[in-house]
Amino acid sequence: MLSLIVFLPIIAGLIILAVPSSQKQIIRIVSLLAALAQGVLAVMIWRGYNPSLPGITAAPGGSPLGSFQYVERVPWINLDLAGFGPLNIEYFVGVDGISVTMVILTALVSAIGVLSSWTIQKQVKGYFILYNLLGAAMMGCFVALDFFLFYVFWEIMLLPMYFLIGIWGGPNREYAAIKFFLYTLFGSVFMMLVMIGLYFSVTDPVTGHHTFSLVAMATQSNYIKDSILGPNNEMWRYVAFIALFVGFAIKVPMFPFHTWLPDAHVEAPTPISVILAGVLLKLGTYGMIRINFPLFPEVFQAGMYVIGIFGAINIIYGALCALAQQDLKKMVAYSSISHMGYVLLGLSAGNSEGMVGALYQMFNHGTITAMLFLLVGVIYDRAHTRQIDKFGGLASHMPHYAALVTVAWFASLGLPGLSGFISEALVFVGAFSSLTTRSIAMVAVLGIVFGAAYLLWSLQRMFLGQRKPDAAYDLVVGEDGHEHIHFHDWNGKIDLDGRELTMLVPLVIITIVLGVYPMPILGMLTSSINRLVEVLSPVVLSQL
Amino acid sequence: MFELPSGAEIQGIIASVKASVGFFIPEIYLSLLFMLLIVVDLVSRGKKNNLLSITTLVGLAGSLFFIHQQQSMQAGELFFGMYVLDEFALFFKYFFVLSGMLAVVVTMADEQFEREVKSMGEYYALVVSMVIGMVMMASAADLLMIFLSMELVSFTAYILTGYFKRNARSSEAALKYLVYGAVSSGLMLYGFSLVYGLTGQTNLIKIGAEIAAQGQAHSLVLTFASVMILAGFGYKIGAVPFHFWSPDVYEGAPTPVTAYLSVASKAAGFALLMRFLFVAIPQGSSPLSTPSGLNWITMLMVLSVASMIYGNVVALWQKNVKRLLAYSSIAHAGYLLLGVLVMGKFATQATLFYLLSYFLMNFGAFFVVILIANQTGSESLDDYRGLGKKMPLAGAALTVFLVSLVGLPPTLGFIGKLMLFSALLAKGSVYLWLALVGIMTSVISLYYYMLIPLNMFLRESKQNDGREMKSGLIAQSLMVVLMVLTLYFGLFFTPLSDFARYSSAMFGVILH
Repeated sequence: MLSLIVFLPIIAGLIILAVPSSQKQIIRIVSLLAALAQGVLAVMIWRGYNPSLPGITAAPGGSPLGSFQYVERVPWINLDLAGFGPLNIEYFVGVDGISVTMVILTALVSAIGVLSSWTIQKQVKGYFILYNLLGAAMMGCFVALDFFLFYVFWEIMLLPMYFLIGIWGGPNREYAAIKFFLYTLFGSVFMMLVMIGLYFSVTDPVTGHHTFSLVAMATQSNYIKDSILGPNNEMWRYVAFIALFVGFAIKVPMFPFHTWLPDAHVEAPTPISVILAGVLLKLGTYGMIRINFPLFPEVFQAGMYVIGIFGAINIIYGALCALAQQDLKKMVAYSSISHMGYVLLGLSAGNSEGMVGALYQMFNHGTITAMLFLLVGVIYDRAHTRQIDKFGGLASHMPHYAALVTVAWFASLGLPGLSGFISEALVFVGAFSSLTTRSIAMVAVLGIVFGAAYLLWSLQRMFLGQRKPDAAYDLVVGEDGHEHIHFHDWNGKIDLDGRELTMLVPLVIITIVLGVYPMPILGMLTSSINRLVEVLSPVVLSQL
Repeated sequence: MFELPSGAEIQGIIASVKASVGFFIPEIYLSLLFMLLIVVDLVSRGKKNNLLSITTLVGLAGSLFFIHQQQSMQAGELFFGMYVLDEFALFFKYFFVLSGMLAVVVTMADEQFEREVKSMGEYYALVVSMVIGMVMMASAADLLMIFLSMELVSFTAYILTGYFKRNARSSEAALKYLVYGAVSSGLMLYGFSLVYGLTGQTNLIKIGAEIAAQGQAHSLVLTFASVMILAGFGYKIGAVPFHFWSPDVYEGAPTPVTAYLSVASKAAGFALLMRFLFVAIPQGSSPLSTPSGLNWITMLMVLSVASMIYGNVVALWQKNVKRLLAYSSIAHAGYLLLGVLVMGKFATQATLFYLLSYFLMNFGAFFVVILIANQTGSESLDDYRGLGKKMPLAGAALTVFLVSLVGLPPTLGFIGKLMLFSALLAKGSVYLWLALVGIMTSVISLYYYMLIPLNMFLRESKQNDGREMKSGLIAQSLMVVLMVLTLYFGLFFTPLSDFARYSSAMFGVILH
């Protein structure tokens, strides 16, 4: 099941490879079908998922594989390392509450991304091959339970992303693409060293051999006492934690490693922005939860305060930057930085409320930001500009658009009744109830105010009031005597067309439903998060 | 004075030589092939056909059979310790013959030869003679044999580099190569003489025993001699600071020769370097301990770090693809040195594995460069603009090879780097800083490697004639095979790794 959902896009990519490049429509439809099939599989996984099993790590006395679901585990590479015995790499995938939500999010956002890619006209074949490769790698990252496998998927994402930004991006795309590539690679090479170090430090409790299995790595008793990352080597464990954390923080992106994100977003085409903000950023925080924290719980305990501070910096700094932007897309990009700060803050609280909030925020941010970028794309397609002050009074001419923008903007700023509110509230509940992060949370709350400021201000400048003299569109008086809006070089529908509605409406529904009744997602998260908190808690650590 | 050997002694010598000849068949076979090629060239002179290249290819393939036969033989010394036969040597014999074959195929695909030279007769014979020299380097276990085999390879390489006689760059490259080569050979020979003076032996194993017996008594002379010898080996592997010839030679030489030099000649240098350091210099029980007083590990650290940093940083400014790959090959010499200096069974396995991966991806990259040069007549980075549209398959293949050179999954290059860094970290945190330099420089390398796909895919060509460029079917399929192998072995690398592990056994020394 999981293999199918991971490799479906690759199969689609291979089919596309065989289709002549002139058959653009067939290529698009193949991609869409693959994305829909992925969606169906995701729903099936969701329906069949048993939320009472926690996963995360092997329970004491339980199966050494832990209570992961949909597990597939086959030996992949078996070889002898001279002088070190066998090297076993497994194709080991499975989901727990944390990853299953991300799998659903990935399937959802990928499908919407395909729809949004419909307008891509340049080199369609190459585009969709890379797009599908990227989709497979993202999905693979979320289900991999073997560090080696995870790393392979993690790195496979880079190259398609480089080309997707680099070929189909905006004017400054070369710079943005290589910046993205270099930043992420910089983070991931350290991850590779830590991965090697962990391999030499951990043994599989069943076979007694060294292993890459993340499940085995998450149990502290599997570490060899005097190995490089073993419990007796406290200093190197700190170094390894920081190295991993930086690798993931670059992806989040966490201040001060965030500068690639606005560049990448501004240059990337709309669907790629959607994927980037909707799924890729989550991989950073997912990596922290899956790998960084449970493998080095004592370092996490020591570092919670620092992580919280970085979270707060992200929230406030991102919001302030967003406030200063003239380019709508750049504003949304900085808002992403700000919102990912909430995730970091929630994680740093280290308690169930904060962690559940963080995970829920990851899901919500995925759907909401996808919406924001799609909406930015809609206006950019029409006006060929994203400068906020080139608009004004759009609400009366594009009522559907204005309505959806309002919902998305309010969801983003955390209006009660929409999903963003619940996750942000949970994050703050968690952060306040932890003594370590309480003071940080007090400062970080300011971020909500700034968030409301930039979102409402942009909403007001673009949609309310009158057309500005240098606006990106003209007003013409139609035959019916009313004023109509006219964009240059745009022959399509002024307001949202069917395809755009198909992309946006499901997201709006999800945002509203999850804002009123969050249990579909929270229900899957709770037992996993409780287990995670238990693994990370100082009480458990002191018993080791 | 010199005494004539008695009759019984002479008979003993003859018997021993006779016995050794049985273990020397691949070399004899290759020498016969060399002569056959000259005859074939004489017979077929003036006719335009592929007879020569096909003969070379088939002939080289035939030698694989004889090398394979040796696999069942017992490891041991031949010709009074001049020569050894062990798994390590066999690995390199396969390696050199295969790269010789690839060089032939790549040459057949290169259209520049048709424009530049009239006769290809000597060319293929020289390629075979270089293979012979390198095969001997792999087995050489005596200072004299090392020097002779190295010179055989070098002289052939000088001629091959200057094979485009009327091309000024090619001639310039050959001359530079010759001058640098002469100097470093001289230095190496001087080092050899010092070692002989110290130990009275030329056989590596005996030298090792002698140095071990002497302890640290002559550590200064030994260190001085080793620096000299390293100059010779360093020149062959193209490591900083003995690299000055390589950018010019790589740029000026015919591209197949460049590919061949950058892969096989480098590997031959590594074969000698490893055998010399492991066998002739007594090893300590822990990393960095020096029973002989010769701290060659630190020397190699300096060479390695300097190569990784210099190669990768200077490559950033290159405008010519062959030159860029030359600097990249300096950097890769640095990575390979990491595996040598860790010195152990696993590290040797990792080094050999890395050589295999380097073989595939570097040959692949140069092959695509040739195919592109066939169409555009240029190796300048600027002329790669927009080629991704005109030659999509070549573009994709080159991207795979370059990504593999950077060391990203799912390619073979990633596994190579993973093994090397694992070997470093397996010794604990002593070598961690080297691994850090390694990964940091490989991030730098991403930038310049990606310049090529950047120009091919992200930029439009200056004169857009919309012409699709197509290479021949054979050339394309070879390119695809190399690309698929790079990817396939990146995911399923067990066979290569097992082969490398099997080959890490060296006669006369037990690695830990």
